[in-house]
Amino acid sequence: MSKIVLSAKNISKQYRLGQLGTGTISHDLNRWWHKARGKEDPYLQVGDANDRTSKGGSDYVWSLKDINFDVRQGDVLGIIGKNGAGKSTLLKILSQVTTQTTGQIKIRGRIAALLEVGTGFHPELTGRENIFLNGAILGMTKQEIKNKFDEIVNFSGVEKYIDTPVKRYSSGMMVRLGFAVAAHLEPEILIIDEVLAVGDAEFQKKCMGKIKNVAGEGRTVLFVSHNMQAMSSLCKNGILLKNGTIDEIGDINSCIKKYNGLFNDSVIGTASIKDRLERANSTGNILFNNIQAFSNGQKSWDFKYDEEIHLKFDCEVRTNSHGALFYMALLDPITTDVLTNIKVIVKEGPLQQGEKISFSIIIPSKTLRIGQFLLYFAIGDPQTQKWYDIVDSNVNLPALTITASDSDIHSNIGVFSIPYKIQINS
Amino acid sequence: MNNKGFEEDNEPWDLVLDPKTKWYSLRLNELFRFKDLLLLFVRRDFVSIYKQTILGPLWFFVQPIITSIIFAITFGMLGGISTDGLPQILFYLTGITLWNYFSDTLVKTSDTFTANASIFGKVYFPRLIVPLSVVLSNLVKFGIQFLLFLAVWLYYIITTDKVHPNSTILLIPFLILLMGFLGLAMGIIISSITTKYRDLKFLVSFGVQLLMYASPIVFPLSLVTEKYPQYKIFIIANPITSIIEAFKYAFLGVGELNFFYLGYSLLFTIVLFFIGLIIFNKVEKSFMDTV
Repeated sequence: MSKIVLSAKNISKQYRLGQLGTGTISHDLNRWWHKARGKEDPYLQVGDANDRTSKGGSDYVWSLKDINFDVRQGDVLGIIGKNGAGKSTLLKILSQVTTQTTGQIKIRGRIAALLEVGTGFHPELTGRENIFLNGAILGMTKQEIKNKFDEIVNFSGVEKYIDTPVKRYSSGMMVRLGFAVAAHLEPEILIIDEVLAVGDAEFQKKCMGKIKNVAGEGRTVLFVSHNMQAMSSLCKNGILLKNGTIDEIGDINSCIKKYNGLFNDSVIGTASIKDRLERANSTGNILFNNIQAFSNGQKSWDFKYDEEIHLKFDCEVRTNSHGALFYMALLDPITTDVLTNIKVIVKEGPLQQGEKISFSIIIPSKTLRIGQFLLYFAIGDPQTQKWYDIVDSNVNLPALTITASDSDIHSNIGVFSIPYKIQINS
Repeated sequence: MNNKGFEEDNEPWDLVLDPKTKWYSLRLNELFRFKDLLLLFVRRDFVSIYKQTILGPLWFFVQPIITSIIFAITFGMLGGISTDGLPQILFYLTGITLWNYFSDTLVKTSDTFTANASIFGKVYFPRLIVPLSVVLSNLVKFGIQFLLFLAVWLYYIITTDKVHPNSTILLIPFLILLMGFLGLAMGIIISSITTKYRDLKFLVSFGVQLLMYASPIVFPLSLVTEKYPQYKIFIIANPITSIIEAFKYAFLGVGELNFFYLGYSLLFTIVLFFIGLIIFNKVEKSFMDTV
């Protein structure tokens, strides 16, 4: 077994909720007074678990609580969890951007964090100048950057503009340049936060390849993403965070499975979808309350290739409407490009306030090939085609995951099966 | 992977992160590893300001010249404040050149944390690199303004016989260093305190202006000695006073060179700088939570 290169013991992090202001100083003085008398910080004993859907009574919240894990050399560790589970906080502590409230972290070797691409880029400086600046911010020496300069420029694909100020760059070019610098860091431990969610498909493939290479060279990677496909292909081990504590640790696939399960009991529950709508400040006449996925009559987002996919939608009419037009698209989970879509009137009007609409979309078996599909759906007015409510990938919906069935071995190629006829002519 | 940590593990760790550190562990050796970053920040500050200008760094000349002329009109001609018999422009320019180095350093370092929160929130490097780079890039700016001062100074040496430089000129590098560190020390203390409570921020810009009037920039110290000897102690208590006076004495031959006062300024700067380092070091670990 390889040696442990990162060890976290009892990591907890407390945050103060609400605004800092005049009230804060009284807490500070109280804390100082306890310390001066050799007592424990009174505010460390309070604090709610990190659950953003319920409003706790305390001003303090434990964003992370008693996190313990070890990472071995060459491990690619995936950290997953819903929004607000504490992933970013954990990364911030590991990358020394902030410090834990209690606990200790021990590290062997150089550690570098990639929480954002192009940190510290100055718009007035040229691409060349920014490569040096950004590299130095990430911890490289001038000599190291010089040695890799050509490689970096090559990888970024912006040779032509290297002596132009980056304020003239497109946002995509900035991201390419930023990632190119970061990709040429050579720390023993690399921390990466969802930076893959940017750039075009070709560049993303390049990035994924680079991360795979880094892992292949025996370096250690800690990787946070919501992209479960990337997770399961890159990582061996995983940590699933839930409300600031470790919910599952070990094999990545069991973490992913449990992660997908989280949605079935909470986010997909009626209450959470309503929360989301209020936050989005939607004034739509018809709103989605609930979506559920069934495979073989069981609630699940995992399907075998030869199973029917059953999606059940529940809506509520808020204001009298003409009717209900439903739109749904399946998106590529990496590029979020629309792969296919459907548009159908699910209810002819007029609709009365308070009326409930429930309908199911059934995708026949052997239609979607192996892989993941994100859902994007909306409900609108069939006459004006105006959309009342749109549920996009900003909502933590799990992806539809299609896995192989025993009966078909070609289903792992491509995206869809197409209907076809065969005509034998001789 | 295991989360029980029961196995033998004797190799030393390279880095141990604890929530709290001893006040004296300043990790200064880390600064050295990031020296390239320091120089790149200086370069960035300098290059970026004058991109897309025609005159470029020549703009550095404009501010001290205009200020000297305005001071000569308001304080010298209208106010009739003595300049110890020196040409007014030279007298004011001498004070302003050194004062600007101090005040620019102080103002720019005093928002280290708030101005750089977006970088600091994404990547770790010794935070002290940023205020140090401000000291250095202002030193470059000071160097350019100092050339302007030298030109004006030489002009008055040649055309008049009122200017008497002397061997104290050898102290100049020391005086400049002292000014820089005094600005840095005050700046990092203010920046550390303002991460949580912004109140002090309101004080900085106008406090610096007030401080200028409490320093012998627009008046010579001799004027205070002559007119209000009972208040001189307040002007002397300002650690900037003796530095400015020594600077003027070295180049112009007027002013008060007092090694006892200079020693006080030195001690003040050293103590303040170490207090600043300790506070800064404590704040840099978790300021992201409150900024």
